[in-house]
Amino acid sequence: MVTPPKTIEVQNLRLAYGPKEVIHGISFDVRRHEILGVIGPAQSGKTSLLRCINRTIEFTPGVHLQGAVRVDGEDVQKVRDVFALRRKIGMVAPLPVGLPLTIYDNVAFAPRCSGMRSRSELDGLVEQCLRQAALWDEVKDRLKTLGTKLSGGQQQRLTIARALSHQPEILCLDEFSIAIDPVTTMRIEEVLKELRKEMTIILVTNLVQQARRLADRTMFLWNGEIVELDRSDVVFSEQPRDRRTYEYVNGIFG
Amino acid sequence: MFRETALGRRKRRVEVVARWVLLGMSLALIVPLLLIVVYLVVKALPALSLGFLLDPPVRGMRAGGIWPALLGTIYLVVISLAVAAPIGILAAVYLNEYARDNWFNRLINLAVINLAGVPSIVHALFGLGAFVLAAHIGKSILAASLTLAVMTLPVIIASTREALASVPRPFREACWNVGATRWQTIRAVVLPNSISGILTGVILQVSRAAGETAPIMFTGALFFKAVEKGDIFAYGLFEQCMALSMHLYVIATQVPDVPEAIPYATAVVLLGAVLLVNATAIVARIFMRSRKKW
Repeated sequence: MVTPPKTIEVQNLRLAYGPKEVIHGISFDVRRHEILGVIGPAQSGKTSLLRCINRTIEFTPGVHLQGAVRVDGEDVQKVRDVFALRRKIGMVAPLPVGLPLTIYDNVAFAPRCSGMRSRSELDGLVEQCLRQAALWDEVKDRLKTLGTKLSGGQQQRLTIARALSHQPEILCLDEFSIAIDPVTTMRIEEVLKELRKEMTIILVTNLVQQARRLADRTMFLWNGEIVELDRSDVVFSEQPRDRRTYEYVNGIFG
Repeated sequence: MFRETALGRRKRRVEVVARWVLLGMSLALIVPLLLIVVYLVVKALPALSLGFLLDPPVRGMRAGGIWPALLGTIYLVVISLAVAAPIGILAAVYLNEYARDNWFNRLINLAVINLAGVPSIVHALFGLGAFVLAAHIGKSILAASLTLAVMTLPVIIASTREALASVPRPFREACWNVGATRWQTIRAVVLPNSISGILTGVILQVSRAAGETAPIMFTGALFFKAVEKGDIFAYGLFEQCMALSMHLYVIATQVPDVPEAIPYATAVVLLGAVLLVNATAIVARIFMRSRKKW
């Protein structure tokens, strides 16, 4: 079997906030066009990990990072144009954030930031992203109204549309379903199944079943260490390699 | 079913007391203000007219109007804000959006806070030493305006930072996540949503700059200057000028036999100008808040 090329390589990553180390030297790869599920209880370093990948970790004062995160073979710490790096990675935060702009401007913000000015190009891109995020039909008649006035579930899909608006190759979702209802969650999961054809997805979730439904491989992160990383059918089987995985997945601890 | 317990009765009594005491305090706040305003206006009534605003004082300031002082105050306030507002707002943007939490920026913060607490007479002495003497500007509108600017600057910085900090951080993070620079984030999201608070803070400093006597007394305010009625270009930047607060002090304490209505009328004009500016701030804030986006 041919192993697909690696999109992200994490090598011996250590991360500390001040004196407190939260990620204790983890290594793993994310392959091209796979969905990697990341499960684990709160405080296990899932969000910090994502923030290392797009380097928004550096907005937090006092962080100390060791090891390497490579995106397409390039060490992100050495990337000159960090904004280009972030454009390559779509990031969806746990709580929906509609920017206090119109729905249209929410999606057009990133392309405008990178210099896209043509109205027709922007129109096309906005429509495409909103369609991909399964929001277009609900908002196409009111693109000029405020994004913040949408419902929570709609705002989360707007957030996804915004994350797609800079045409990323990687999409990171950080517990995207935490603040939205199950029906919307299922709709977004359908969206992700479509998107996996064209991009690599890291799905951080504390809904174990969500990882089981979507992820090709699943990583169980606990207290800043990888307990297990394997094909989802192994992780969620009766006999994963580590007993703790079985217990966490089946709700016995965590 | 819902029988009242002793604790419930006590809680209800405390609730009633708290409500009335707090209401009383709020009224106590308004009453003196109303009394002052009414008293001033009644006393000032014989002298108040449009002519009082536009006429220069005559007969050794014992008659006529206050035009030169009103004009001088406008000059001082406008110039001092033209200096302090851009510096203060941009410095606050730096401190709130760019500065990291290190000893240097903590030092700046400390300086800003302490500067805001310095009495105006100290600013006056600083202005005298720095602008009038050391910088060789001499006693002038420019020196007085700069002194007022130094006085208002720390408060503008503090109020602007407060306004910027009221924009939730997730908005910024959402922008950074899509590859926006800090400046793009500030332009697109932070400033549009804090501008009402920023402007309110700046406008409130207008009233402070207009009301202070001490800082301008040593640096550029004048006892008397002959000015044509309604002449709006009466002063040059390097000339001294009259000012309302200074004029009030002079006619109330330094000139004998001023008819009683004139100082009161001057005070009413000063108070009216301040209230007008504050009302503008409130209206502007209501207008901009109605466009607030979350």
